[in-house]
Amino acid sequence: MKIDVKHTAKLANLPLKEEEVKKFEKQLSEILGYIEELNKVKLENVQATSQVTGLEDVTREDTASPSLPADEVVSQAKKKHNGFFEVPAILDE
Amino acid sequence: MKYTPVIGLEVHVELKTKSKMFCSCSADYFGQKPNSHTCPVCLGLPGALPVPNKQAIEWCVMIGLSLNCKIPLFSKFDRKNYFYPDLPKGYQISQYDEPFAVKGSIKLSSGKMIGITRAHMEEDTGKLLHETINGERVSLIDFNRSSVPLVEIVTEPDFTDAKEVKEYLQKLQQIVRYLDVSDADMEKGEMRLEPNISLRPNGSKGLPKYKVEVKNINSFNFVEDAINFEIKRQTEILESGETPLQETRGWNEDRKKTISQRVKEEANDYRYFPDPDIPPIRWKEPDIENLRNKMPELPEEKFIRFIKGYNLSEYNSEQLIRDKATADYFEEAVKIDPAISSKDIANWIINKKINIDKILPATLVKQIVSAQSVSGVTGEELEKVLKTVLESNQKSVDDYKAGKTNAIMFLVGQSMRELKGKEKADKVKAELEKLLK
Amino acid sequence: MDYLDLTIIKAKELLSQKKISSVELTKYYLERIEKYDKNLNAYITVCTEKALNAAKTADEKIANGESGALLGIPVGLKDIYMTKGIRTTAGSKVLENYTAHYDATAVSKLKNAGAVIIGKANCDAWAHGSSGENSDYGPSKNPWDTTLVPGGSSSGSAVSVSAGFSLAAGGTDTGGSVRLPASFCNIVGLKPTYGRVSRYGIIAMASSLDTIGHFTKTVEDNALYLSVTAGKDEKDGTTPNIKVPDYMANLKKGVKGIKIGIPKEYFSKGLSADIEIPIRKALKKYEELGAEIIEVSLPYTSHAIACYYIIQPAEVSSNLARFDGIRFGNTRETFGPEAKRRIMLGTFTLSAGYYDAYYKKAMQVRTKVIEDYNNAWKKVDVIVAPVSPTLPWKLGEKADDPLAMYLSDVFTVTANIAGIPGLTVPVGFNKGLPVGIQILGPHFSEDKLYQVGYAYEKETEFWKEKPNL
Repeated sequence: MKIDVKHTAKLANLPLKEEEVKKFEKQLSEILGYIEELNKVKLENVQATSQVTGLEDVTREDTASPSLPADEVVSQAKKKHNGFFEVPAILDE
Repeated sequence: MKYTPVIGLEVHVELKTKSKMFCSCSADYFGQKPNSHTCPVCLGLPGALPVPNKQAIEWCVMIGLSLNCKIPLFSKFDRKNYFYPDLPKGYQISQYDEPFAVKGSIKLSSGKMIGITRAHMEEDTGKLLHETINGERVSLIDFNRSSVPLVEIVTEPDFTDAKEVKEYLQKLQQIVRYLDVSDADMEKGEMRLEPNISLRPNGSKGLPKYKVEVKNINSFNFVEDAINFEIKRQTEILESGETPLQETRGWNEDRKKTISQRVKEEANDYRYFPDPDIPPIRWKEPDIENLRNKMPELPEEKFIRFIKGYNLSEYNSEQLIRDKATADYFEEAVKIDPAISSKDIANWIINKKINIDKILPATLVKQIVSAQSVSGVTGEELEKVLKTVLESNQKSVDDYKAGKTNAIMFLVGQSMRELKGKEKADKVKAELEKLLK
Repeated sequence: MDYLDLTIIKAKELLSQKKISSVELTKYYLERIEKYDKNLNAYITVCTEKALNAAKTADEKIANGESGALLGIPVGLKDIYMTKGIRTTAGSKVLENYTAHYDATAVSKLKNAGAVIIGKANCDAWAHGSSGENSDYGPSKNPWDTTLVPGGSSSGSAVSVSAGFSLAAGGTDTGGSVRLPASFCNIVGLKPTYGRVSRYGIIAMASSLDTIGHFTKTVEDNALYLSVTAGKDEKDGTTPNIKVPDYMANLKKGVKGIKIGIPKEYFSKGLSADIEIPIRKALKKYEELGAEIIEVSLPYTSHAIACYYIIQPAEVSSNLARFDGIRFGNTRETFGPEAKRRIMLGTFTLSAGYYDAYYKKAMQVRTKVIEDYNNAWKKVDVIVAPVSPTLPWKLGEKADDPLAMYLSDVFTVTANIAGIPGLTVPVGFNKGLPVGIQILGPHFSEDKLYQVGYAYEKETEFWKEKPNL
């Protein structure tokens, strides 16, 4: 399996250097080659298990409790402005 | 026109729960100090875990039921993975292939059925503000809205014009308000609409190869404008022999047009998978029945019941059921005095635009009773007043005699004013007609 | 007496008799860290002042006659536990300067029980690794031979207990990250049942596999620690409301009549003789103690690594998405190579067109792995198996071969896939290096694992062997 490293990195929002792209192309296809052994396993009509606890219907009652203090919330941001987090402009249009 | 519009709709409704969808921060965030309603969960801090709000789930199911949806007995939450600064976890908890409600419908006044594909539960994102600070364009993020519960309602592409869409939206808004699960205030963003529009040649079946999604619409009128604009725009493109681009456009209210939103380089690939942090939801039939029983009478049923039960016209019934409070007010007033007809009460509420918050139903009924029973004037007095009115409004009298029979309404109005409401309007009208013969 | 011989149980006794104070004990460990940790690199952050304050408070409580399961006991925590007001890095430069906003549930419980948090232990960044070498703060070293890896990813926590830097240490086990380093360092390590200990506030690696375990010198200490951390947490929807038993109650009942399963797939050509010999010896001992040894089969073991290396990176790719450098921490370039590799792998296997071929298939194999174990539990009470196929390897040996590193998890990942508990207990030494076994059992059978582990430990007392620092 060949993996489109650049496309995948874009989906993953992961800036990669050119040498990383090369390295991952090789390593990831090796790993994928290994895990593709699952294709040999017969799995017709086998249910998928996404959680092992067997729990269902775990919910909370609709009651509000205090939030974190607003100044603490933004205290570790690289950039902030008047209590907001700040990022470079995101163009919508 | 050679083309038939194919229109579908996605609507997001923000629920008015006390707390957020997956944490216990207050969901009453509107107008609050930025980032003052956040916690490790809705801020996406390391290690925090979501626990779903039971009330929100029940309300989502109720919305589904009110749209005649099927409620699958098994449902789950999935992660929708994408990056955007207003999405703190880098994924939105939503529902992918097993939503809470599927396959419903809503009936328009024309009798046409609009199919509801699904109604599912998800969490809202934070809010972005775009500003210039020290000459630099920046975006500011407030996570107070992050993780507030949203229900997304998706229709089949069953609409063929903007009027249908508007009626659907009004009905949907009415339903969620009746259920008392959302205020659905468009201006506050509690109800958000995204129509998708395409055109197909008249008579052809099947869906067009493209579809244009329109965002940024924050009123029912704009949705009409935006759809009509798109129909015109797409018609022109098709007539020139081209196919409109599959894209997302934004409604620009100032310029009264839709504007292409930057086409993203990559196709969206949300990499959905079941959220391992949230065990699935499994309903038993009686749970669903319980929720159904908890639901109030919905507008559609009330409309029919008012016509049948109170002998109202369709118009009056429709007017009264527009909002639940008015409908309740009417029903309370009807109970007070059996001698007063429900029709009269309906007419008073509608025609006199009674402020139901200020006038108690009992007060209203008293007013009606006094207006009807106490004819405060004698026949002589009445004739005297009417004659004076006729004399001082010669032009209307002439008009009436010349065949403009509508002119009598002006005379009735003038007479009623002189009589200070001490006589019924239809009696006044009859007397005037006699005098004018 | 030498504090180095202390266990939690013994220290509690001395504390309550006021023969030692928590401050003395805490100072003792802080001094050892000061003296030896330059070499071993077990800690990323040492909380000297906070620890001494907590110890002082503990001493006051003891003086007032108050008690607590871990009152005055110094513990280390893997640096993936959120600790309010204390730097929490997850072993990654992404969180180099991040101070946790809140305490994990496990941390609150430990604090409430009176534990003294001595520091934040080194680990593979984001718990990705089997050796400790993926830490952005340099690898921890094996106290038994500092040219060797201590095992990962809870490397620093294992080293801390092994080297006498604390009486216990918290770790996490997603694919063997407690059991493997415990076996490499001659200590006791528990991977609890999935959901037994709240994950709230533990930086998530792979949410459906993560378990919150811990290291101690002895089985009894381990049981005591679990009685503090276990239980339903309203903030973690995957913690069942199942009563926490008294883990000390059955501890000393012995193994007479206990059926111990030996999975034949684990004793195959992949298993080094260095490991197999001490384990066979341990099984012999169990027979002498009255246990019945029965061969069982776990046929899906051969697919476990493939299954694990689909599910785990997929969840990793999603869990690490929140680290975008906006609200806290550094930007995504800062991720180390292993995190990047797993993010890439997981993003790819979840992406359009591949979900069914990878993730869905892995979740189906997961069902089969669970069935394997369920079939085994019909025949036996517990399973005893090797933890690592080899003795600890040289630092740097597998650094450039991620697949080889992944394959070292072959015996540990199935427990995570199935969500069952596993307890590592030392079974002696080969070539001067520690070897451990893992005792696996059905969901929520931790008390049984402790019973089986204790019986052997009491006979052999390998835990008393100490590395020469």
